[in-house]
Amino acid sequence: MSQTVALPRSLELPGGGRLPRPGSVDAVSLEGRAAELAKRSIKRESKLFALDLAIRMIDLTTLEGADTPGKVRALSAKAQRPDPGDASIPSVAAVCVYPSLAAVASRALSGSSVKVASVATSFPSGQAPLEVKLADVRAAIAAGADEIDMVIDRGAFLSGRIGQVYDEVVAVKEACGDAHLKVILETGELGTYDAVRRASLVAIAGGADFIKTSTGKVSPAATLPVTLCILEVIRDVYDETGLVVGMKAAGGIRTAKQAIQYLCVLHETLGVEWLTPDRFRLGASSLLNDLLLQIRKQRTGIYRSPDEFTLD
Amino acid sequence: MSKRLPVRKTYKLFVGGAFPRSESGRTLEVEGYNVARASRKDAREAVVSARKAVAGWSGATAYNRGQVLYRLAETMETRTSALAAASSGRREVARAIDRVVWYAGWADKLAQVLGSSNPVAGPYFNFTLPEPTGVVALVAPDEPALDGLVARLAPAVVGGNAVVVIASESHPLAAIELAEAVATSDVPAGVVNVLTGLRSELAPVLAGHMDVNAIDVTGADGDAAALEALAAENVKRVVRAKEDQSPWEIASFMELKTVWHPIGR
Amino acid sequence: MGAVEKQHTEVAAPAAWDYAPAPEAREIVSFERRYGLFIGGEQVSPRSRSWFPTISPSTEEPLAEVAQGGQKDVALAVDAAREAFRTWSRRKPSERAKVLFRIARILQERARELAVAESLDGGKPIKESRDVDLPLAAAHFFYYGGWADKLEYAFPGRRPRPLGVAAQIVPWNFPLLMLAWKIAPALACGNTVVLKPAETTPLTALLFADVCRQAEVPPGVVNIVTGDGSTGAYLVREKGIDKVAFTGSTEVGKAIQRELAGREVSLTLELGGKAANIVFDDCALDQAVEGIVNGIYFNQGHVCCAGSRLLVQESIHDQLVRKLKRRMATLRIGDPLDKNTDVGAINSSAQLERIAELVQSGVDEGAELYQPPCRLPEKGWWFAPTVFTNVAQSHRIAREEIFGPVLSVLTFRTPDEAVEKANNTMYGLSAGVWTEKGSRILWMADRLRSGVVWGNTFNRFDPSSPFGGYKESGFGREGGRHGLEPYLRFE
Repeated sequence: MSQTVALPRSLELPGGGRLPRPGSVDAVSLEGRAAELAKRSIKRESKLFALDLAIRMIDLTTLEGADTPGKVRALSAKAQRPDPGDASIPSVAAVCVYPSLAAVASRALSGSSVKVASVATSFPSGQAPLEVKLADVRAAIAAGADEIDMVIDRGAFLSGRIGQVYDEVVAVKEACGDAHLKVILETGELGTYDAVRRASLVAIAGGADFIKTSTGKVSPAATLPVTLCILEVIRDVYDETGLVVGMKAAGGIRTAKQAIQYLCVLHETLGVEWLTPDRFRLGASSLLNDLLLQIRKQRTGIYRSPDEFTLD
Repeated sequence: MSKRLPVRKTYKLFVGGAFPRSESGRTLEVEGYNVARASRKDAREAVVSARKAVAGWSGATAYNRGQVLYRLAETMETRTSALAAASSGRREVARAIDRVVWYAGWADKLAQVLGSSNPVAGPYFNFTLPEPTGVVALVAPDEPALDGLVARLAPAVVGGNAVVVIASESHPLAAIELAEAVATSDVPAGVVNVLTGLRSELAPVLAGHMDVNAIDVTGADGDAAALEALAAENVKRVVRAKEDQSPWEIASFMELKTVWHPIGR
Repeated sequence: MGAVEKQHTEVAAPAAWDYAPAPEAREIVSFERRYGLFIGGEQVSPRSRSWFPTISPSTEEPLAEVAQGGQKDVALAVDAAREAFRTWSRRKPSERAKVLFRIARILQERARELAVAESLDGGKPIKESRDVDLPLAAAHFFYYGGWADKLEYAFPGRRPRPLGVAAQIVPWNFPLLMLAWKIAPALACGNTVVLKPAETTPLTALLFADVCRQAEVPPGVVNIVTGDGSTGAYLVREKGIDKVAFTGSTEVGKAIQRELAGREVSLTLELGGKAANIVFDDCALDQAVEGIVNGIYFNQGHVCCAGSRLLVQESIHDQLVRKLKRRMATLRIGDPLDKNTDVGAINSSAQLERIAELVQSGVDEGAELYQPPCRLPEKGWWFAPTVFTNVAQSHRIAREEIFGPVLSVLTFRTPDEAVEKANNTMYGLSAGVWTEKGSRILWMADRLRSGVVWGNTFNRFDPSSPFGGYKESGFGREGGRHGLEPYLRFE
C-alpha cells in the first residue's frame, strides 16, 4: 500500500462541509467493478441517447506544439456544428486549447454555447514556479477562457508535499475568479488508486469544480477504473457535504463504445443527476467523429464510412 | 515375617487434566481392578473440557505442539514398566513410543504436505491450509491395548484437536497408564481425556453429541454403523484407520481452509 | 452552493436513462419436446413411464418434459456405470485426460447455447451463466483433465486407485457448474458416474449428455438420471455404488449420511451455509459494498456460500448501510436473458415461498426491511433484493439459510466480537473479511471456522481452489488437488 498521506490541517471545503475520511481503494475490486460496468449492453434509443449526451459532454481538444490559429478555428467550427449535414447533432461542451490560442478560440466561438477551456499552470508537467503558473492562468482568462484546466505538481504530491499541492489549487482557484476550474491529477503518474483518491480530495478541498484525470501526454491517461475511483470520491464528498463536483475523463477515449462505457460508470455511480455536461466531460478529439458515425449508423441501420465526416 | 502388600492403583477417569472418579460412583471390575465406569455425564464433562482446550492447543505453534508430543514420548519412556504391564509388553510400548516421536515430528510439516498454494485464474493469492476439526471422539481398539490407542490418538492430537477417548472395554488399563504419561508431559489439560467403562453406554453419547466434530470408529467393530448414523445428526466426520502410520491419518482429523486475497497495487 | 451552479447556465440532467432491452438470442438453444434418461450412452425411455415438465422460472413457460427416474431406472444406470468402470478405470490415464480436455473444449465451443439454456431453465442472469457458470465449468474439466495422468504425484507415498461408481446429486443453483465440479474429478480419477440433476434444472445436464456424445465419452461412463428427490434417494440406496457426492441442503445431507451408515460407500457433502461477511471500519468502503452486493445478490442469493450475514463494525454502520442501499437501487432485476440484468428469477415457486416466509419472520421479529424501488415482472417468480437492518443474532433471518436475495445486517465492536459472532452458527462454509490491515486479515482468517475465507473479496471460485465446509456445512473438498481425494482409494 502506498504511504498514508496526511491531509493538510484545517482544510475548509467550499460550502463549509467536512471532508470524507481519506479512505482507501482496493485495486482488484475497483477494476473488477469497472470491467463489469463496461459490459453493459446499450441498444437502440438508449444508445442514441448516450451518443448524443457524449457529444454534448466533449471538450474538443487540441494540445499540440504544432497548433495554429487555423487549426483552432477549424476545431471551433466543428465544435459548434459537428455534423454540418445534420442539424439535430448538438454542439460539444467546450474547445480546449493552450493559453496562446485561447483568444482565437474565444473569437471563433463567440455567440455560441461552446465554452473555451484552456490548459494552464505550465501544462503538462506543472513544474514551474507558482508565479509563472498563476500568470499562465491569468493570461488564459484574459484571452477569454471560460474554464481553466490546471495540472497539479505531481512531484510535490509524490514527495509528500501535499500542503503545497493544496496551496497551489487554492491560489489558482483564486486567480480563476469566475472561471471554472478543472484540476488535472495526471493519474497515470500517481501510481495507486489510493493516491488518486487522496489527490482528488486535496483538489476538491482546494476548490476544484472538476477533477480531471489526465493531460493526455502520459500513458495511461483516462481509464474506466480510475474514472470510477474519482467518481466514488465525488460521491462521498456529495454525500457528506452536499458539494457538487464534476469530473472530466481525458485521453485515450477514441470510440463511441468507450464513451458509452464511461457514461455507464457515471450513471451507475452517481446517478442520472450527473448525466449533464455541467458535471461530466470527455476530453477527446477523434472521439467526436466516431460518435457521429455511430449515430448515423444507428439511425439508418447501415454501416458508415469514416469519410462521411470531416477531419478537422 | 509377612510379605509386603503392594499399594494398588485406583484406575480413574482422566478429564480436564485431572483424575476424577465417575460422578456416578460406579466401577467395573476389569483386568483385576475396579476401573471407573464413566456415565453419560462424565462423557459430557469430557467434551466440555476438550472443547475448552481446543483454542489453546490448536493456537499453539506447530513447533510447540511437536515438542509437547515429543515430551510425551519422554514421559512414556520413563513409565515403560507400567505401560508394559498394562499392554502386551515392552515391545509394544517401544512401538507406541516410537510412534509418538514419529507423529511429533509431523506437527510442523503438516501444512507443507497437506496444504497448497493454488494458482487461480485471476489476481488473487490463494492458499489452502489444514486446520484441526476440533473435538474428536475416539473409540479405542481393544488390541493392541496401548499401541492401538496411540496409533489413533497421536494423529488426532498432533494436528491440534482435543480428544475424548473411550478406552477399550476389555483392556482399559493401558489407556489410563497412558493418561498418566500425558498428565506428566506438557500436553495441556483437556487435550486428551480418557473415559473407561462400557463402550455401548458411552460411544452413542459421543456419536450423537452436537459439540463433537469427529468420531473415530476404528475400534467400534460391530457398533460402527449405529455410531455413524448418530454422527449424521451434526454431520460429524467419521474416521477409520486406513494406514498404520501416515500423514494421511492426521489429515482425516483435519479440515482444509482456503483463503483468498486480491493481489493489487 | 458550488461554483458550477453560479457561473454556468444549468444544462438540465435527464429524468432517466433507461437501458433498452438487450436480450441474448434465445434461438441459439433448442430443446427437445421430451428427454429420456441418459444411460449407457443412449437416451432411453424411463421404465417408470413417468415424466414431468421443467418450467422456466422467469416466464412459467414449460421448456420440455423430462423423465422421472424410478428405482429400476436408477438400477440400470448404476449397472451401466459399473459395466463401463471395468474398461474406463483401466484406460490409459493420458487417454482419459484427453476425453476431459475434449469436454472442456466443447463446453467452450457451445458456451453461449448452454448459458442461454441455464438462464432459461434456472432463472439466473445471462451475464452470470455466460461469465461465471460456463467458463468455470469448462475450466474444471480442463483442470482435472490435466490431473488424470498425474495422480501418482498428487499424494506422496500413496498409490491411488479409482473407487468405482460415483453417485452424484447436484443442486439447482449452479446446475452445469456443479455437474462439472462432480463429474470432472470423478472421471479424471478413473471412476464412472451416475448424476442426478436437480428436479427444477435438468436441461443443461441433458445437453451435457450431447456434449459427452461429441467428446466420445465411452457409453456408461457418464449416466444422467433426472427426477425428483425420490430418484436421488433410490440412487443413494443402490447397492452398486462406491461413492456418493452430494451438494444440497444440510437436511438431505444428514439423511444421506444416515442412509450410508455402515456401508462401504465413501461420502462427501457440500451443504448449507450462513456466511458472515465482516466489514471493518478501515476497509476500502466502496469495494466492500461491491463485495457485499456480490456476496448476497449474486445468483439471487441462491448460493450456499452467500454472504448472508453482514457483520459491520458499529462505527461505520450508518455510512455503509447508506452506501449499500444506494448501490442496491442500481441493481437491475428482470429478464434473465437480458444482458444487463443483475438479478434474475427465483428458481421455483417453492423457493419463493420459503424466502417470503423467512422475510416475514424477519419483519415479525422486529428487523427493519429495505427493498429498493423496482418493478418485478408479472409472470414468473421474483423477489426484490432485500436488506434487513436492526437484526439480532437470535433472529431466524440471522440463523437460518434463506437461499435468496436477503441480507441481514448485524454489528460488532471489536475483532474478537466479530469472530465470536461469525462462528456462532452450526454452519461453516465461508466467510468474508474486509480490512486494509494485513495482519488483521490473517488473524481473522485463522480464527474463522469455515472452509473458505475471502479477504477483501467474496464469491470467488476456481477449479484449482479447494472448496467445502466445516461443521454442518459438510465435509470433503471439491476443487484443487484436494478435490481428487474423495474419488480415490489408496493401496
